[in-house]
This record gives sequence, structure tokens and C-alpha cells, in this order.
Amino acid sequence: MISRTERVANYVILCLFAVIAVFPIFGIITSAISAPGDATGGFSLPHSVHWANFSDAWSQGHFGTYMRNSLIISAVVVVAGTIFATMAGFAFGTMDFAGGAVLFYLFLLGLMVPEEAYVVPLFYDLRDAGITDTYWALILPQIAQSVSFGVFWMRTYFRSAPPSIIEAARMDGASSWTTLWRVLVPPARPAIVTMMVLIFMWTWNEFLLALVMIPTNESRRTIPLGLAFFQGQHSSDFALLAAGSVVIAAPVVLVYVFLQRHFIAGMLSGSIKE
Amino acid sequence: MVVTDRATLGRPTRPRVARSSRKRRRRSLIAYLYILPALAVYGVFLLFPLGRSVWISLFHWDGLTLATWAGFSNYVDIFSDGSLRSAFEHALILIVFYSVLPVCLALLLTMSLSRGRIRGRTFFRTVFFLPQVIAMVVVATAWSAIYSPDGVLNKFLDAIGLHVLTRPWLGDFSWALPAVGLIGTWVEVGLCVVLFMAGIQKIPIERYEAARIDGCGALRELLAVTVPGLRGEIAVALTLTVVAALRNFDLVYITTHGGPGTSTTVPAFEVYHRAFETNQVGSACAIGVTLAVLIFLITLVITRIAERGEA
Repeated sequence: MISRTERVANYVILCLFAVIAVFPIFGIITSAISAPGDATGGFSLPHSVHWANFSDAWSQGHFGTYMRNSLIISAVVVVAGTIFATMAGFAFGTMDFAGGAVLFYLFLLGLMVPEEAYVVPLFYDLRDAGITDTYWALILPQIAQSVSFGVFWMRTYFRSAPPSIIEAARMDGASSWTTLWRVLVPPARPAIVTMMVLIFMWTWNEFLLALVMIPTNESRRTIPLGLAFFQGQHSSDFALLAAGSVVIAAPVVLVYVFLQRHFIAGMLSGSIKE
Repeated sequence: MVVTDRATLGRPTRPRVARSSRKRRRRSLIAYLYILPALAVYGVFLLFPLGRSVWISLFHWDGLTLATWAGFSNYVDIFSDGSLRSAFEHALILIVFYSVLPVCLALLLTMSLSRGRIRGRTFFRTVFFLPQVIAMVVVATAWSAIYSPDGVLNKFLDAIGLHVLTRPWLGDFSWALPAVGLIGTWVEVGLCVVLFMAGIQKIPIERYEAARIDGCGALRELLAVTVPGLRGEIAVALTLTVVAALRNFDLVYITTHGGPGTSTTVPAFEVYHRAFETNQVGSACAIGVTLAVLIFLITLVITRIAERGEA
């Protein structure tokens, strides 16, 4: 048992830090619904609710376009990354083959190497290939980053799958392909959802790659990149900036609130990448 | 490193019937086919540019004209070039804010959460972790507003009669770096709390009881039971947050762009700045490669220390 004073002190500490954690987010939300002149970063409560900031951000700030770009890129990266990682994780987790360990370490390398170490040559190569300023310049490298985590994650899962199930499926004459998708993947759904949620968050929030790979084509900017440029141009208009911020943060925060355990499990177990 | 489990590589041994080597080769082939799509994308868009980065770092190149051989001079610059050296020094200072401070604060919060019955434990955990999932761009936008000359921090200082302390935080030569660092602290505390809360459940309750019988206060208990019990989690927390500190690009780019002057430049920012703003591509690659090696070494050292402590 602990003393009453200590219990009170504990609550005070926890509440204080909870307020600090939420305060900047709260400030962004209140600014997003304040009248444009009122939102100065002072984070005062709005006199009246102005939803117009969102439609202004959408049209003036081109957030509609940016949102579409981010959705397309995230969707492709999540789907392709998940399929590729599941297939490779299956091979690493259940098959015994020459060079398997070396190849697996090669994938692990990608978890540790920071983007800054390869983004520069990547830009020049993709520019020479003529795909900078297109979706591909963001999709392909981000699939590559996603599989380095995904392969590690799915391998761990498949290793824990009882070998008897795989053996039984083979006895029944199932090919490895059928075994993977029909036998192993359905019970793996929680692990796969965790992986998809993380890949979605990383892709949706990615900034450096977007900044480098979309140097001139405004119509291909992702939503975080759009916000950064918007900040440069309309720094005085904090209400619009805040509205844009809410649009970026909302999808991930919603997924986080509903799938919390997936987020936390994944980010703590494997993620060197942030 | 957190992610390797060397002992378990290689598949669990299973009674193996002698198979013809042709059959084995066929099975290997199937495995390669499953890995192929992932490996192809990964090889072309990550490994290959990484290798090219090492190669380019050995040249002076402006991105346009012919490159000239530089040997290791781009790497030597990291130590001799004042602006580069200060970028790495800034990164060291940021590590204090991104790693040391969050780990200490998280220990305090974990103690508050775990000593005695606390209502709303899940609620607190959710709230503390929240900054982790918000895009850095948004974090940077929010904090730029807080730190701005007429922002909420200065208003608060005014209100409590500390007008002398008010300043444009991100535009101040000596305060900009700590201001950026504190944003990092804000982001990373939650990660550490969640890690520690998971770890503390594995510490046998008897150890706490023994400490209490010995008459340990909260602080003694923390140092004698909690910290040693959480050694593994602390190592993971340090690794993740140090890596986050070294990778810090978005935050610096958006809040200060390295300024005022060069007071908040960091290696990750220098990579972008040199490659795309001042046409020193070779030097940019050398910094990127150094950063990768540094992250690798730090991860290795922290894991080693934690392992040795356990043995």
C-alpha cells in the first residue's frame, strides 16, 4: 500500500503530463475551428465555430488533391507491401533453403538504415529513369522500406505457426501457395492487420521522401508535403494551417484509437524505423 | 539489436527423410520465388541506392558536371569542417532531449502508474503514446505556433509575470536547439512509458515486497528494483529514441530550417541541405553513410551493454 499523499501526488503527475501530451493537439483543433483572424497560435478557445477553414484548406490549399495523392500512394504501398512481405515471410519462416539466413539479414539491414543514407542517389537514379514527380517515385521506395519491416514481422509469425498444420496441408495435396493463403493467412489476420496499420501510418506521415521525389509537380504532392509548403506561403493564416494539420492527423489518430493494441505491439516489437 | 533472434534462425529441426538433392534444389527454388518480389523492390530501391551512396561519397560532385575523385576527404570533412562538426554536436545535444530526458520522465510516470491502484491506467497510456502517431509535420506546426513570438508559451510567461523570459524561441541563437529538443522529448516520452509498463509486469512482485520489508522508499525502490528489472526495456527505449534523434529531419526542416544561422543544423538536415540546396552531393552521401554507421554502432553498443548487465 502507498500513502494517501503519494497517491494524490501520482495523480497530479499523471494528469500534468497528460495535459502536456494533449495540449498541442488540442490547440491545433481549436485553431482549426476558430475564425481566421483569431487563430494566432495563442490557442485560445474560439468565439464561434468556423468550419469554413476546412473547405478553404480544401480548395485554396489544394488539400483535396493532396489527400487524393496520399490515399493512392498509401493504398498501393500497403497492399503491395503486405502481399510481398507475407510471401517472403512465409518462405523465411517455414522453408529451409540455401542462403536463407544471409538474405534475411539483408532485409533486416533495411530496418536500421536511415532514409538519409540512400535518398540522394535514389533521387538521381529515379530522375534519370524519368519517374520523379510521379506516384511511382514515392510508391516503389516505400514498398521497399515496408517489406524490410514486413518480412521480419511475418517471418516471426509464421515461425510460430505449428509445423503440423503445414504438414497436414501438404498431406492433403495442397500446394505451398494454397497452404499459405488458405491455411496460414486466415489465422494470421491480427498480425497482418498490425503490419498494415503500421505501413499505412509510415506512408501517410512520410515527409523527406516526398520532399525529395516531388521537386516540381504540385499536383503530385502528398498531404504532409502540401502542409509544409502551405506553411511557407501562408504562415500568417494559422487557422487554415491548423485545419490542414487536423486533416493529416485525423485518419491515423482514428485508426490508433480503435486499433491501439496493434499499433503499440508493432511499434515496440520490431520498429527501428519510425 | 531488438529485432534479431540469432538462436532461432534456421527452421526448427524436423525429422528429415533423405531426399535427392534435385528435390532439395526444387524446394529452394520455390522459396526464392516467394522472396523474389520483395527482394526485387528492396534491392532496387533500397540496397542499390545505399551502395551507390557509399560510392558517390568518395567523389566531389555537384549533381550536374563530371564528378572528381575525392577519396575519403568527404569523410575527413565531417571532423574538420566546422559547420559539419557542429551539426553532429547538435545531434549529440538532441540525444539528451530525445533519449535521456524521456527515459527519466518515463520512469517517473511508470512509477506513478504502477505504485498503488491507479484508475484510468489505459487512458493515461493511450494519451501518453498519442504524440507518437501524429505526423511530424503536424507536430512541427503545432509547436512552431506555441514557440512563436505571440505564441502560447510567451503569453503564459507574461501572465505569470516572467515577461523578461519571453523571446522568439525558435529564432533565438541559444534557445532554438533546446526548444527543438523539447519537442522531441514530448514525442518520445510516451514510447518509453509504454515499453516500461509492459516490462514492469514481468518483475516478480516478491522483489517489491522484499524492498518494502527492507524499508525502501520510492526512490530506493526505483533504483534497486525497477531500474534493474527494466534493463532490457531501457535498452530498447534508448536504442529507439537515439535512432529517432539521429534521424530527425522533418522537425528541424519545418521548425527552423537549421537556423537561426546554423544553430540547429543536424546531420540529417545537412544531407538534404547539401544534396539539394548547395550542390555538394558527395559530401551529402558521406554524411548519410556516416549516420547509418553511427546508428548501427550505437544499436550494437546499447544492446551489448544491456546483455552484459543481464549475464
